Parts: sequence; structure tokens; C-alpha cells
Amino acid sequence: MTEIKFKLNNKNVRIEKDLTMRLLDVLRDDYGLIGVKEGCGEGECGACSVLVNGEVVSSCLMPLGNAAGKNIVTIEGFKKTKRYKVLHKAYEDEGAVQCGYCIPGMILASESLLNKNPHPTEEEIRDGLSGNLCRCTGYNMIVKAVQRASKRGEGLW
Amino acid sequence: MPNISKSIPKQDTAEKTSGEALYIGDIKFDGMLHAKTLRSTETRALIKEIKIPELPDGYHIIDYKDIPGDNYVKIIFEDMPVFAEKTVNYFGEPILLVVGEDKQVILDIVDSIEVKYETLEPHYKYTKSVINYEYEKGNADKAFINAVKTINGEYTTGYQEHIYLEPQGVIGLYEENKITILGSMQCPYYIKNAVMQVLNDDGNGVRVQQATTGGAFGGKEEFPSLMACQVAVAAAKLKRPISLIYERTEDIIATTKRHPSTIKFSAAIGPHFTVDAIRAHVSLDSGAYIGLSGVVLQRAMIAASGVYTIDNLSISGDVYETNSVPNGAFRGFGAPQMLFAIEMFMEHIAKELKQPPFEFKLKYVAKKGDATSTGGQFRDSILLKDMIHKVWDVSDYQRKTTEFSQPGSNKGIGMSLFLHGCGFTGSGEQKHIKAVVRLRKNEDDTVTVLAANTEMGQGAATTLRKIAAGILGIPIEQVIYNLPDTDLVPDSGPTVASRTIMIVGGLIARAAKELKEKWEPGVEIIVEERYKQPNFIKWDEDTLHGDAYPAYSWGVAVCEVEVDPVTFRVDLKDLWSAYDIGKAIDERIVIGQVEGGLLQGIAYGMLEVMDCKEGIIQQKNVTDYIIPTAADSINMYTYIMDNPYPLGPYGAKGAGELPLVGGAPAVAMAIENAIGKKITKIPVTPEYIMELMKND
Repeated sequence: MTEIKFKLNNKNVRIEKDLTMRLLDVLRDDYGLIGVKEGCGEGECGACSVLVNGEVVSSCLMPLGNAAGKNIVTIEGFKKTKRYKVLHKAYEDEGAVQCGYCIPGMILASESLLNKNPHPTEEEIRDGLSGNLCRCTGYNMIVKAVQRASKRGEGLW
Repeated sequence: MPNISKSIPKQDTAEKTSGEALYIGDIKFDGMLHAKTLRSTETRALIKEIKIPELPDGYHIIDYKDIPGDNYVKIIFEDMPVFAEKTVNYFGEPILLVVGEDKQVILDIVDSIEVKYETLEPHYKYTKSVINYEYEKGNADKAFINAVKTINGEYTTGYQEHIYLEPQGVIGLYEENKITILGSMQCPYYIKNAVMQVLNDDGNGVRVQQATTGGAFGGKEEFPSLMACQVAVAAAKLKRPISLIYERTEDIIATTKRHPSTIKFSAAIGPHFTVDAIRAHVSLDSGAYIGLSGVVLQRAMIAASGVYTIDNLSISGDVYETNSVPNGAFRGFGAPQMLFAIEMFMEHIAKELKQPPFEFKLKYVAKKGDATSTGGQFRDSILLKDMIHKVWDVSDYQRKTTEFSQPGSNKGIGMSLFLHGCGFTGSGEQKHIKAVVRLRKNEDDTVTVLAANTEMGQGAATTLRKIAAGILGIPIEQVIYNLPDTDLVPDSGPTVASRTIMIVGGLIARAAKELKEKWEPGVEIIVEERYKQPNFIKWDEDTLHGDAYPAYSWGVAVCEVEVDPVTFRVDLKDLWSAYDIGKAIDERIVIGQVEGGLLQGIAYGMLEVMDCKEGIIQQKNVTDYIIPTAADSINMYTYIMDNPYPLGPYGAKGAGELPLVGGAPAVAMAIENAIGKKITKIPVTPEYIMELMKND
């Protein structure tokens, strides 16, 4: 057991834990952040995506120890932002949400993509979201949602 | 009346984008214990001895001896045990649960249990038939005697794994005289009936509630009943909440998949290049237990002539038991296998007869009034020819076919024509399901939809409310739908077979009409509707003769590909498709079903590889079972026809499965045309293309 400190959804937190634990389990079990989903446990599906200093990371592959000093944002933190509101509305308007299990991760991947590239092309969106699997939609409505968010959120990213 | 097809925001989007929706893995109860399954490591063996180490306090074993009722999971046949008793019949078969508080301790116990087996000779091939069906239309024998030529074909299809993003999971809760099952599921009443049988309960002691369900595609039709029976037994014994949640690898190894198949055809060709008769035999691999395989076989066999009217048919099929993981329901339910096979076979007949395939197939496309494969009737207007011409034009099919046939183009375009029978096969609705729905007008003038049908991403929470609101003429916000709870809703049947809108939505529409007449502000009113089979529908279950479905939905899909001449990698270009589903209850929801379903079908045809060696599934996660990503997906141009079906709500028929059915034949045909080689199996992988190209 070792104590580490990091920023979680814009609050400073400290926790004493086995630092080899998966960040995913700590976020879900110790902090109750259930918007972080487990889909594959091998870093392939993106359902457990979180933002680590703004980058999308699969929290199932990240040991807790690597969070030290970092800024971790989950959907629970991100949903308080204006950017979330724009993304949510765009996903809703495009009908991009079906079963929803991939969606918190997909929204965070969209945020990270727009953060780096506020006006992505369709191809850049497809590439940017290719680490997040969705089995329901065939992705096109999600791609359109990101395009729509990019337009509507002019100046936010 | 406002246009019902006009899209509205979905009921559940906000809770899903914000991460607040509670899936089964997100739900916790005080004192909840976790369970892990000990599984067979043999494909067929007698269990000689199970050595269990001394268990720490608070850790328990649950096995067949704890079952108060029958050790069978009620599906159709009583052949699949809840826990293996004396024998195991597939690798991964559940033997017992280890239950306790700490997941690591549980895993350590599972690892330390030693099972001694005496192995038996397993079956892995199509040798042990457990179900056989056949049917005839016209006189195929005579047509074959008179034929000037016979053309044969054999087609094989592989496994497909659902990969719903949320793995399977259930929780069992104990209260005095009551076991409650919460879970990710499609069919709450299937689970209730199965759990009643293992607990020896008359129905009052079992309650089933759906949690937000992260995708299903058929994979959560019958499989969750097995897990629910297991946790029900554990909860009843230990009197504590028990959670059983699979990780992805366990889910892939141990849950149902789409049946692999082999389909053999013969066609009797008349003197003027006509297809006078088709004989077909379908072989399905059921895995170790029959489950739904017989019903899957029926749907495959009934689809044997695809969208074509062939006057003489002789169709047979067998379900073969093998010592491998049981196969089960998957979107399309036997039809995707057969539609791939018949579409390719018709193409191959045309090519062998040196006839232009498109015109050749068009001659046989079914028209209103034609006899169906089983001697029923297509009673409603069929727009397929208009749809074909529409997709032909927008995809620039003619020009591309000519251009791509030039040597060295490496490009191909292919078209699939397909249909899907809506609702249960035969008299299933009338004889077995007997759906009941209620609408309750509450004192505050809101209306609650009381039905057992689940929202699993396909939009039922929005579309079922929309039907009720539309007919009652009240705002959608005034209509309430909650995820089903068997203590609160009647059995309106399972959420399967593209039946939710057409059958259940139809009952809701009727109930809404009645409620509208009885409407009185400020008082509670309940109306109930029960399914009645239309009188003109006749079906003989023994001969498979008559109207197999009350209605059919239709589709056309065109796929364009480019095949890399060195790596044989297939690059998808664009997709165009058109559908007749009667009436779209919500256009955007339907297009969402189309885009997701079509991509699943395309991937079934060219991407998704699952191997079973000596009874053991070789793929273990989404790292080695590859499904499409956003970068693999492509633009889709979708056209929804308006062709209201008289008995559907607002004219709607089934939509959920149809788009998947057309995917594999469209992409396989495009690849065939790109490489100039006959495709007879899916998935069409680069390895398979290489093999075909080598045989030059």
C-alpha cells in the first residue's frame, strides 16, 4: 500500500492503495465513477476511456501508480463543461446513441480529438475515434455528431 | 395526424452520454457477494471427482446439488443443465460457482479446484443429427427429371460473435419468499420461466427486472436464462445478493454465437435457361445443446429461395450436435446464412448459364400474390423492383459494372436482394407467446406502457411510447416507459424476431385506441390487449406448410470494394441500400438500425473470423476477434420506402434484423466481381482470396 496524489475531475485527491491496481477499478470501486465502463479489459475497446492530462487513455491498462501527479478526467467530471453540453446535444440530434455502453468513452475521445483539432475532416474523425468500439451504430451517426459539435462549438475548442 | 416517422430525441440519450445509466455491473447492494464459474476443460468427459480445497470463511460452492427443482435451463428442449452433473459436453461448460466477497480470493479458489475427468470420444463434425426438418413446394422431383441441366452449389458460413459492448451479467437478490433477478437481457419472461423451474416455484416467488442493457443482438435472448438460474440457486441458498458478471474472454469462450452452416443446392434448369426447381439442404452446428437451433434451422430453410419465386422446392435441414459451445440466437436467426448462400447460388447459376446475373435474378423476384417458399402467400404489395432500380441508379451500378470488369481494375460492385419474415415463425405468436400488453392511464393523466419488451439500444423506449402518444394524441412526455419488471408488466413476449414494433407496437396501438375512447381526466384506467392471429394465416407445424410469417420486410444493398492485388486486403467504398419496412416509426432510429445492422452483416461477410479447433474457440478477446472500427466504416446511403402494412401500427413491419441479412451477400458479390473468382464461403478473408487467386 502506498499513498499517491493526483487530480480527479478537477479535485485534488489522495489514496492509499496497491499502485499496480488498474486505474479502472480504483475509479469505479473507490470513487464510484461508474461512467467508466469495462468492455474488454485489454485496452482494445475504449469503453474505459478517461482523459489523462487531456489525452484519451484506456484506464484498464493504466496502473494506478501512473496517475501520480496527473489530471484524470472521467465523464462525471467532463459532463459539467460547456463542451460536454455541445457534444451531448450533437450526439442526441444525430441519434448517435443506441445501447450507450461505449458512449462515455466515445464522448471523451471526441473531446480529446476536438481539443487537438477543432475542425477535423471526416477521415480525421474516423481515425480519432478508431480506438473506441461501438457495435450498435455503424459509427456514421457518431462521426456526424462530432462534425456537428465542431460546427456548433465554434470557439469552445 | 402528425407524421409518425419524423424523428424525435430518444428517451435514454441523456443518461447514457452523461454516464449515469446503470448497467448491471454498476449496481451494488449491501452484503453483495461475487460469483465466478468453474468451467470444464474437456470437450466431452465424465466427471469422476471434484476436489475442493478447504474454503475460507464466507466462501461457498454452488453446484447442481443445490438446485431445488430441475437441473435444466428451460428454453425449448430440456437438454442443457444449469450446472454439469455427471458429464461435460463442451469446453467451458459451467460446473459450479465459487461465491464470496473478494474477487481475488474467489479466483484463487477456482484455480485450486481439481476436476478429474474420464474423457469420452467427442463429436466435432456434422455427424450426429438431433433435429431434421423438410418441406416441399410444387413437385421438385418432376422438375429435376425434366431438367436439361442440373447446377450444384455448396456454401459455408462461419461463426459470428455478438460483441455487445457490455458483457453478460446478472444479479440475484433474496427476500423471504422471493428471488429477484436483475440483469442485462432481452427477455425477462424467458428468465422468469427458467428460474421458476429450477426453484420449483409457482411464479409468485420469482421477479425479473431488466437493467440498462449494453447491446444484445440476440446474444441476450436465451443465454441470460442460464446465468439467472445459477445466481437464483446461489441467492436462495446463501440468502445474500449474488453478482455474476462476465469478463470479455469468458463471454467469448462460453456464450452463444451464430451457427456455422453448410448449405448445399441443386437447381433444375429448363430448356430456356429457367430455374424450374431448387433442392437445398442446410446443416447447422448447434454446439453441445440444442437450445434454439431447431427454430434457427426453420428460419434458414424457409428463406431457401430468398426473394425469388421458384415454383418447385425440396428443402431439408439438420441440426447437428457437436461438443463445442452451444450456438444460439443472433440477429437474423438463420436467415443471414441462407441469404448469403441463395444470393451467391443464383449469381452462380446465371454465370454458369452465361446469362447477365442482374436480369436473370430480376425475372424471379417475388410479386404480390405469389406463393411463398412454404406455399403461403405474399399478400401485401412488394416494392422490391422499385427499390432495386432506385439503388441501381444512385450507385451508378451499370457504369461501374462495365468499368470494373476491365482487367486490372481490382474493383468490384455487388448487389444483394433480401427479405426477412417479421415476427415468430409459423404459429409461434399464437401458440407459444400469447402476448398481452396493457396501457395504464394514471390519475395525473400520464399513460404508462406496460409491456415486457426491453430497450437494448434499438430504441423501443422511444418508439413504443411514440405509438401510444401518437394514437392518444398526447405529448410524448406524457407517456411513460420503464425497463420491464415482471412484477409490474404482463408477458408481451420476448424482444426478438423483429416483432417488437409490429406485434407489441400493434397491440399498444389497439390499446391506445380503446383508451382514447374511454379517456376521462383524473381517473385511473387500465386497458389490455391480447394477440390474435389474423384469420387468413394458416400454418401447419408438421409439414412446414402455409404462411410462415404474417408479413415480410424487404431490402436491397449495393456494396463497392477495391481488393489490393498484393495483400488481398478488401477496402470498402460506399454502401447504398433501400428497405421496405412498411412504415418507419422514427426515421432516425430506423437508419440507426440499418447502419449498425448492415455493417454487422458486411463484417460477417468479410472481416469477423472465429475458429473452433477440436471444440475450442480460438479467439479470446476483441484483440483477436476483429470487429469494425470507425475507420473501417464507410458512407452509407439509405432509402426507407413508405408501404404501410395494414396490420402494423401506423403500417410498420419489422426492421431490426433485416439490414444485417443483406450485408454478407452484397460484400461477397462485390469481392467476387472484383477478383473474378467464385466465392462460396464467408468470411471472405485475404487468406481465402489468396487461395482463390493461387488456383489460377
